[in-house]
Amino acid sequence: MAKSVKKVAIASAVAAAVTSIAGGAHAANVKCYGVALAGENGCAAGPGTSCAGTSTVDYQGNAWKLVAEGSCTTMELPAADDGMARKGSLEPLERDIPS
Amino acid sequence: MSYPLLVSQPKFSEAVLNPELPTPSGLIDPNGRPAGKRFDVYRNNVVTSLIDAMQTAFPVVHKLVGTDFFNAMAGFYVRKFPPQNPMLMFYGTGFPAFLTTFEPVAHLAYLPDVARLELARRQSYHAADAQGFDPQTLVDLPEDALLQSRFDLVPAAQIIPSDHPIQSIWHHNMIDNAHPVKSRGEIVLIFRPEFDVDATLISHSIAHFLEHLQRGETLESAYDAAQQIDNEFDLSNAITLMLSTSIINKITT
Amino acid sequence: MLDQSKSAPNTMPNRAGVGYKAQHLNDILKDTSAISWLEIHAENYMGDGGRPIAQLKHLAEIYPISCHGVGLSIGAEGPLDADHLARLKHLVDWLNPALFSEHLAWSTHDTHFLNDLLPVPYTQGVVDRVVDHINQVQVTVGRQMLLENPSTYVAFAESDMSEIEFLSAVAKRTGCGLLLDVNNVFVSATNQHYSPQGYIDAYPLEHVGEIHLGGHEEDADDHGETLLIDSHSRAVVDPVWALYEYTLARSGPRPTLIEWDNDIPSWDVLASEAAQADALLVNAVSKVA
Repeated sequence: MAKSVKKVAIASAVAAAVTSIAGGAHAANVKCYGVALAGENGCAAGPGTSCAGTSTVDYQGNAWKLVAEGSCTTMELPAADDGMARKGSLEPLERDIPS
Repeated sequence: MSYPLLVSQPKFSEAVLNPELPTPSGLIDPNGRPAGKRFDVYRNNVVTSLIDAMQTAFPVVHKLVGTDFFNAMAGFYVRKFPPQNPMLMFYGTGFPAFLTTFEPVAHLAYLPDVARLELARRQSYHAADAQGFDPQTLVDLPEDALLQSRFDLVPAAQIIPSDHPIQSIWHHNMIDNAHPVKSRGEIVLIFRPEFDVDATLISHSIAHFLEHLQRGETLESAYDAAQQIDNEFDLSNAITLMLSTSIINKITT
Repeated sequence: MLDQSKSAPNTMPNRAGVGYKAQHLNDILKDTSAISWLEIHAENYMGDGGRPIAQLKHLAEIYPISCHGVGLSIGAEGPLDADHLARLKHLVDWLNPALFSEHLAWSTHDTHFLNDLLPVPYTQGVVDRVVDHINQVQVTVGRQMLLENPSTYVAFAESDMSEIEFLSAVAKRTGCGLLLDVNNVFVSATNQHYSPQGYIDAYPLEHVGEIHLGGHEEDADDHGETLLIDSHSRAVVDPVWALYEYTLARSGPRPTLIEWDNDIPSWDVLASEAAQADALLVNAVSKVA
């Protein structure tokens, strides 16, 4: 593309974009410090700090006999190129996790 | 300066993180007997609070593998990689990489990238506020200056490419009645117009364009790069996306 | 010693406040008469921007704020984390809180942050170390700090002084104030087999700039003896309210916080706990008068 043609192409594309959003979402922005807006997940902020203890006991064993059995076992994913369906395995893995 | 202690903090912290080690001697109950289970309160406080932090930090990974599995996996992670500073909102930066090496989830090939997406969303939530960019600035520039301008993107903007449908998986697990996952690889643009993190899928060429801008290249050079991988690249669409997601911080000429 | 002339102009009323939780924001903004002040955990406001900091800036225009650090690791054997101290200074500089406090505990070893308030032995050597650290904090931040007494589950064989002797020595040498957590007194006294009232009798109440109240849970040790856990997960129990009244009768009214960090209740429940503390504070004022 000739330099001058490209220059015009870029400039007009940018101008078209600016026109297309004028009066749109930008103008509607309102400062909102609040929480629980539509669609916002409560976990957005991530974990906070603690200065309290807990009576919940953590039972840590080294032998790994657990199966991932959350939504990964029910969520249908499209077959990948290798043709393998990507669902969670229901076979437990019994082994020690090296630490 | 050093201060000798009978129960040193290295010894205490090692025993807190490894439940197979004995309670450090020198820790006692009010009758002078070994502390025993009393020490376990600290073990529980440390590990349980960090597992809770991981649950809050990675809600989709949690949902995908289930609570028992997640807690055991997170327990393993927090003992091996405790936080490096007290800002727990940034904890877990090493979790995506950890998942690529953790054999019990090897069959869930998408899991590390889902964790990467969750981490990026959280970092975006806490990123510095945008400066507030006026789109008119773009129109007011002479054409030559526009071509040579550099775009500073907002700190909250992040691009997460994946060979897996990570945004669809995220959506499927976080939003009620979400559609089933249909696509394969997805490139996710994370943005935060004001305080709420949002995400949208972007094309390979737009991702390429944005990445070149993020590296500090000029508009013209980023445009050329995007054209090279896709000669149908639509600059107007790309700029419209950037304006509607408020990811431009400022431009310099 | 601290240069007291640099203390903040904000003053904290001798009334009840609560620990701020984002889920209560709308209630807190709607009715500003329910509580008198808010406490925040410093570490949650050390991000670069976004909603948490915007909310805090807004709240600080309405309520006096107490800035409570949970991660400075003042009792650590190693040096304080200079980066973290700088972040704390930055926060205190822009927030200008009415009160600023931290814990007699450690949580960082090497570069590992263990996310709990771990105990220190009570010896002269540890007093010296804690004094050095508090001096460094007060000089860097440019403010008086309040030091909070811990909930303890174990004791150290090497300790050769009481917790009160320890705290008194630190307060005297650094000019720091004290944050008296009455629930922690009750928890530690139960766990370590001493009288909570006796503790209050011996405590240097003249240094108290703030009081904490919170809920705890009950467990048992290997020998079946009661072991209380400072969980901040439920309402303040009656014996702790009684100990609080006992304290106020001796200290006079002090800004008092309801801490509720786990299993967080609805705003109404939290506000009614604060109202209960407030009634006792008002009563304490009239007794002093």
